[in-house]
Formats: sequence, C-alpha cells, structure tokens
Amino acid sequence: MTRRQVTNGIGIASAIAVIVDLWLGLWVTPPDTNQGNLVRLVYIHPALAWVALDLAFGLAAICSILYLWPRTRSFTMDRLAAASVEVGVVFTVLTLVTGSLWGRPTWGVWWTWDARLTSTALLGVLFVGYLALRRVPADPHIRARRCAIAAIIAAVDVPIVHFSVVWWQTLHQGATVLNPNLSPTIHGIMAWTLLLSFLAFTGFFVWMLLVRFDIAVLDDAGVGEGLESALTERRAEGSGS
Amino acid sequence: MLRDALLVAGRDLRIELRSKVATWQVLPFALLSLILFAFAIGPNPSLLKQTSPGLFWLSLLFASVLGTQRSLSIEGDEATREATRLLGLDPAGTFLGKTLALLVELVALEVVLLGGVLLFFHTHVSNWPLLLASLALAPMGLGSASVIYGSVTMGLRSSATLLPLLVLPVLAPLLIAGARCFALATGSQGNWAQWLGVLAVFAWIYVLLGIVLYGALEES
Repeated sequence: MTRRQVTNGIGIASAIAVIVDLWLGLWVTPPDTNQGNLVRLVYIHPALAWVALDLAFGLAAICSILYLWPRTRSFTMDRLAAASVEVGVVFTVLTLVTGSLWGRPTWGVWWTWDARLTSTALLGVLFVGYLALRRVPADPHIRARRCAIAAIIAAVDVPIVHFSVVWWQTLHQGATVLNPNLSPTIHGIMAWTLLLSFLAFTGFFVWMLLVRFDIAVLDDAGVGEGLESALTERRAEGSGS
Repeated sequence: MLRDALLVAGRDLRIELRSKVATWQVLPFALLSLILFAFAIGPNPSLLKQTSPGLFWLSLLFASVLGTQRSLSIEGDEATREATRLLGLDPAGTFLGKTLALLVELVALEVVLLGGVLLFFHTHVSNWPLLLASLALAPMGLGSASVIYGSVTMGLRSSATLLPLLVLPVLAPLLIAGARCFALATGSQGNWAQWLGVLAVFAWIYVLLGIVLYGALEES
C-alpha cells in the first residue's frame, strides 16, 4: 500500500466518521434536560478544541523540539510542525466559531471574556504569528530553526496564558468527561457519539496534516528546481555572451 | 557566562548612553501613548483612575517593543554578529547581557510611566511594596521574552512588523498579572500573591528558555 493510498484511506474513513457523528448528533441522540438541542454542539466543539489545542499545537511543539535536537534534526520535523500549526489554526477558528454559536443562546452574547475563549483566541494569534514568521523568505535551515524556537516559546506560554486568564475571569462550563472528579456527566448513546466525534476529527486532522505535509515537500522541491533552472539560464546567458 | 553577560550589558548600555535613542524616542513615545489613551477615554477623572493600571501596562508593553527593536538592531548588524562570534562569547551570556541591558531600560521606562500615571490620572498608591515588587519582577519576564523573540526576527526584512505580532500575545499573561498587581496596589481587592506568582514564574521560565535556546538562534 502506497503513502498516497494510506492518506486517501484515512481521509475517506474520517469523512464517513464525521458524517455518522453528525447523523447521530443531530438525529439519534436525545436533547439534554437542561440545554435542550444546544447540547448537540458537544458532538463537534470539544473534539475540534482537542484537535486544535492539544493535538495540533502539542505535535508542533514536539516536532520543533525534535528539529532543534541535533540527533533528530531533519526537514521532516520542520514540515510536520508547520503543517500541524497550519491545520491547528484552522481548527482553532472552528473551535471559536462553534463556541460562539453555543455562547449566543447560553450567555446571550457571541463573544465574552471567558477564560477558555480568551486563551483559545490568544493561542490562535500566537500561531498566526508563527505562520507569518514562516512566510518570511529566508534560508530553509535558518527559517526552520527560528520557527522551531517560536513554536516552543508559544507552547510554553499556553499553560501560563490558561492559568492567568482562568484567575482573571471564567464563565465556561466545566469539563464533561475529564472533570476533576473523573466522573463523566454524559452517558449512553450521547457518550458514544461524543467519543466518535473525537475519533472522527482526530482522523480528519491526520489526513489534513499528511496532505499539507506532502504539499510542503512539493513546494520545497519546486523552489529547489526553480532555483536550479534559474541558475542554468543565467549560466547559459553568461556562456552565450 | 556572567562575565560575558556583564560585558554585553555594558556595551549595550554604553551605546544607549551615547546614542540616547531610548531617552529621546522610547520614553517620549511611552508618555505620548499614556496621553493618547487619556484622550481616547475622555477627561472623566474617576474613569481614568480606574483604567490607569491597564493604560500603564499597555504603554509599557508598546514602548518595550520599540526598546527591543532598538536593542536588537545593535545585534542585527552582520559585522556585529561576526565580531561576537569571533570573540567566542557564551550565547547564554549574550542573552543574559542583552536582557540585563533591556531590563535597565525597562525600569527607567516604568519610573517615567509611573510618574505620568500619578501626575495625569491622579492615581493614589495604597500598597507601595506590592507595586514595587511587581514592577521589579515584570521587566525580567518582559525583557527575556522580548529578547528571545527579537532574536527570532533579527535580520529579517519585516522584523519591525513581525516582532509585535509574535511577542505581544506571549506577553498577555504578564499584562494581566501586572495590571492586576497595579490595581491591587491602588485600592482594588483580591489575591495579590497569585499575580506576583505569575510574574515570577513567567520571568524564570523565559530566562531559562533564553539561556537554553539562544545558542540555537546564534547558529543562524
């Protein structure tokens, strides 16, 4: 089985899982006693937040550390970190949008200075900065090193941002599954649908990551080829004159 | 490492004393932003007093970005970098030296801004030890995080626009904790210990990160 087939397989499986998750979430599961139909956002929003805040940015930080570590230094790590941040930013925006959709009927406003909302938005901006740094033309090694350091600094900042904004202000409801008492407040088909949403969006993230990684490889090869052909042209001009 | 740090700090401060860029550009900019914030909010004395912690901190952060750009512009020059490499300075020492020099400038900035807030906004400080402790801790974190990010963008054509985008979100916890300490020192109620804790943890983490990572940046 080729890499492309594996990537396509993950993509198709994730798409099916997302469709099943939406079907279960919108039609099969019952409304919540307190939140009514608003609870259906729980089958999307926490999974998106898990992918954005834990998986994508965690992977970016790990790949950045591995890039800086001389024994594991390779452009694969750099490209994986960059792809992970890029996909992570998309998931962060989706997390904020779905959170906002839930917040409007619950809190009465689209945006409020809640701890998790604020820290998620800040994290998104931090990694937009990483992407901006990445777009600045530079030698690939220098760019990779600078971006790795920027990603590590941003990742270290995440818990500090989280605690400072939690102490500053919080309205957000507590965790549904991983709460401090480790006693889930969701059961039956609702719990299974929630679990499926985590699997489906994790699969979707992996697919997007692999596709973005392949594009980065092609991009870098294209830049190399472009440079080579430009050099050949200049040499031909030089020898012609 | 400490010897190198003092050497670099001494050089940066000597350059600053001779060029007076911070004195004639960064400090007036900080005061100007305080005045502009007051124009934006309006002449209501109680509102200005209430918002003074946030205005003080915002002015400090914005002016610190200018100070960082100035500090890193010394290092950004290719000849300076080459000379530093040839001198065989410890990268951790260079980082600590630059942070130390920036820290001195930030403390001067804090003094000027505090004077501005007390004078323009009639803010009354009821807990000086807390205010002074927060103002002593904050420049360590502010300086170290700014020097790391400043070095990340050093030498890049768009570093002037990139640095604020990168460093200001990282400094958000510092802004929150610093503004809370300021508010608590000027009459608000709350737990000051946790906010001083945030300032201290932030400072130590970024000093340590700088010591560990600055070497990798110098390779580039």
